[in-house]
Amino acid sequence: MILARVKGEVVATIKHPAYAHRRVLLLDRVAADGRESGGYLVAVAAVDAGIGELVLVIDEGNSARQIIGDAQAPIRSVVVGIVDEITRTDG
Amino acid sequence: MLLGRVIGTLVASVRYDGLADVPFLLVQPLDEYGAEKGVPVVAADSTRMAAPGELVAYEGGREAAMALEPWFVPVDHAIIEIVDQVSRPDWKGS
Repeated sequence: MILARVKGEVVATIKHPAYAHRRVLLLDRVAADGRESGGYLVAVAAVDAGIGELVLVIDEGNSARQIIGDAQAPIRSVVVGIVDEITRTDG
Repeated sequence: MLLGRVIGTLVASVRYDGLADVPFLLVQPLDEYGAEKGVPVVAADSTRMAAPGELVAYEGGREAAMALEPWFVPVDHAIIEIVDQVSRPDWKGS
């Protein structure tokens, strides 16, 4: 899984049926130190995350399809958690 | 998924089995702010409604092949959504 920050919402009327009625978020990738590391992804929201929140994202197709509950859905990136706190022990 | 702008169409009369009815479009990838980034790719259009000039979200790799009908044809990019709006406050694209 990877860390990302919610930057906005991607709104679409015409979309693949597997994406119907699903919230789609624009996320900037975040490194382990909390800084935005460059790069982004557009992901389906399995939990309701708002703009500015640090989230946990699964960026792997089979896991994503398991969460969505559709073995044939063309979905790879899914927001699966909202991060409250990260504690690192390596200083 | 990533965001892209449709910049053209592609016609190929000879195609591999299963790709016969799939529309192909040229897509210019965009960065997280809506600016052009990287080189254009040819994407299959799973919505069948995307046209040049439109903002789209596309999937790459295995998921692209899964987006189409018939299922699992040899493509590596597929348009999944025609984007109406990106609500990012610092969005620079239209």
